[in-house]
Amino acid sequence: MVFAPFPARKLLSRCTVSKVLMRGNHVVAEAAVRAGCRFYFGYPITPQNEIPEYMSERLSKIEGAAFVQAESEIASIHMVIGASMAGARAMTSSSGPGISLKQEGISFLAGLELPAVIVNMSRGGPGLGNIAPSQSDYFQATRGGGHGDYRNIVLGPNSGQELANLTFAAFDLADRYRTPVILLGDGMLGQMMEPVEFPPEVPVKKLPQKDWVLSGAKGRPSRFIRSLLLDVTEEEEHNWKLMRKYEKITKEEVQWETYATEDAKMVVVAFGTAARIAKGAIKRVREQGLRVGLLRPISLWPFPSRVTKELSKKVRFFLVFELNMGQMVEDVRLALEGAGEVHFYGRPGGVIPTPVEISRIISSQYYQKKLG
Amino acid sequence: MKKVFSRPKSLKPAPFHYCPGCGHSILHRLIGEVIDEMNLQERIIGIPPAGCAVLAYNYFDIDMGEASHGRAAALATGLKRVLPDRIVFTYQGDGDIAAIGTAETIHAAARGEKVTTIFVNNGVYGMTGGQMAPTSILGQNTTTTPGGRKESRDGCPINLSEMLAVAKGSAYIERTAINSPANILKTKKAIAKAFQVQLKGLGFSLVEVLSPCPTNWKMTSVESWKWIEEVMMKSFPIGVIKDTTG
Amino acid sequence: MTTGFIEIDLEFCKDCKLCMSVCPHQLIETSDRLNKKGYYPAYFTDKDQKKEERKCTGCGLCAISCPEIAIEVYRV
Repeated sequence: MVFAPFPARKLLSRCTVSKVLMRGNHVVAEAAVRAGCRFYFGYPITPQNEIPEYMSERLSKIEGAAFVQAESEIASIHMVIGASMAGARAMTSSSGPGISLKQEGISFLAGLELPAVIVNMSRGGPGLGNIAPSQSDYFQATRGGGHGDYRNIVLGPNSGQELANLTFAAFDLADRYRTPVILLGDGMLGQMMEPVEFPPEVPVKKLPQKDWVLSGAKGRPSRFIRSLLLDVTEEEEHNWKLMRKYEKITKEEVQWETYATEDAKMVVVAFGTAARIAKGAIKRVREQGLRVGLLRPISLWPFPSRVTKELSKKVRFFLVFELNMGQMVEDVRLALEGAGEVHFYGRPGGVIPTPVEISRIISSQYYQKKLG
Repeated sequence: MKKVFSRPKSLKPAPFHYCPGCGHSILHRLIGEVIDEMNLQERIIGIPPAGCAVLAYNYFDIDMGEASHGRAAALATGLKRVLPDRIVFTYQGDGDIAAIGTAETIHAAARGEKVTTIFVNNGVYGMTGGQMAPTSILGQNTTTTPGGRKESRDGCPINLSEMLAVAKGSAYIERTAINSPANILKTKKAIAKAFQVQLKGLGFSLVEVLSPCPTNWKMTSVESWKWIEEVMMKSFPIGVIKDTTG
Repeated sequence: MTTGFIEIDLEFCKDCKLCMSVCPHQLIETSDRLNKKGYYPAYFTDKDQKKEERKCTGCGLCAISCPEIAIEVYRV
């Protein structure tokens, strides 16, 4: 492990060791560049400012790359659309209020079938909220957020290493399915420093050619990329086409982690930072003999519904823990289809409970349900 | 005798869906002629507006990418940053540019993005049925200013081209009209110059074209040409607003 | 001596009458036969004249003004 003080980027270029200690926001930016992203368009908003700052320097050193600090989150998502139309791997990042502004653009990305990566380092809300970490943008990310029938692929990292791995995965998924991918982090993940080993760099020239891009009609007929389909039958067919794409993604791209569920009588379901806290809490209660496990969805859309339902064959009690007022809990209830009992414990507003606090919540639930 | 005037190659043979006398039809042809004459068909990418010309890709035989209302300048920025050697132009109405898209347009100009914008100013929101536009003039009757645009209630029209000229990144800004054969030819020259400015990488270029909308102005085509001359040009004088090309 | 000639595509014309308003010799008039779109298209009256009496110079002002690109112009 190499201790790399801020600014980590200067040291990274001289770094010959593979593992670095790096701030989450920097990890996302560095991972994006190594995954072949050469175009970043963003706007300052806490707690993700380090992403545009890092990109502004990193991309300036790469021939042909471009960083633009746009005039708004609206402008930046549309710059991503333009860059994506030209075939480039492009990214933007923001926090809740800025992601709200981007919703029309994200709907367009889905309708235009364009790849793009959108990073959300969530904060307290609604409205201006605060700059502390929260998970209150789960609905916004997984339920579309914008207008029309579409889905975003949503990935929920819970560590610096996952920020790196899932950023790489986000670009691959976006290109493979021609669809927007949201990396749903939070202010804590963005700010904390952890050791990270980056996946192997993707050479931009080796990326698969896209045969649908806008590049000037040289040696081929002209083409246009649009989502306006005035003919209702055409629009219907387009929606079914998107639906089939989402079905394929649901079948093939689900990711999750289970911890200590083999003999569990109660399973905590949590994602991202909440899952880190929950794991710490579960380790504590396990020491006292409580049989509690953790289900951690990593792909928030597609949600690991089948896995959740499977667990209900052996486990009756589910405690959903989120840093919000109850969002992912709805997906858990939907997945269980009435099997088992679901309880929810949430802390909104940017409050981060400690593993000790959560272990008490778990114990109290466990004994209330007479599981021990 | 030989043929001296025919349809530009870079326009598809489709008949326009625009109203009789619509400015879009003339402008599409002018842009097609310029693309032909400057041999740009294989390296040009256009961004249509949300507006009557939203289906411009049915007419231009070039690569085109759809933008949501007002955001064409941002799309153009993204496209041009990835493909700096292509010609990227936006084709936008007055609402697209000067209402919802004001920030994107001003900042593209301020950044000196090497793209071209064709600003179709017909003083009204055509596609949605004739509501007030940022360039509707005082006293103009529209569906959201019955009785005429009033300063106290609706504010005054915006002269966006003059505002853009202040930005250091704008290299060439001209306002023309398409209400007479002479002005139509001047407009064509301005469009060609705007593309030249982009080819030379000099900065942001924009041509604002005073364009007739006989349907929503509730006039005949011939009357609409007169209205541009006698009324519109008083609020939007034609001529070169900025030219740093020396 | 006529130096020009035009051809108007009657199916493209939408009867905006702009061509008529710019022709220096008033050689275009509204015809009395509907086209498929339901317009009375513009009609080049010079073509009904004998060659010696034709006035069209092929100036092209009509074609420049036509929104529909319905006019093709010929010139010596």
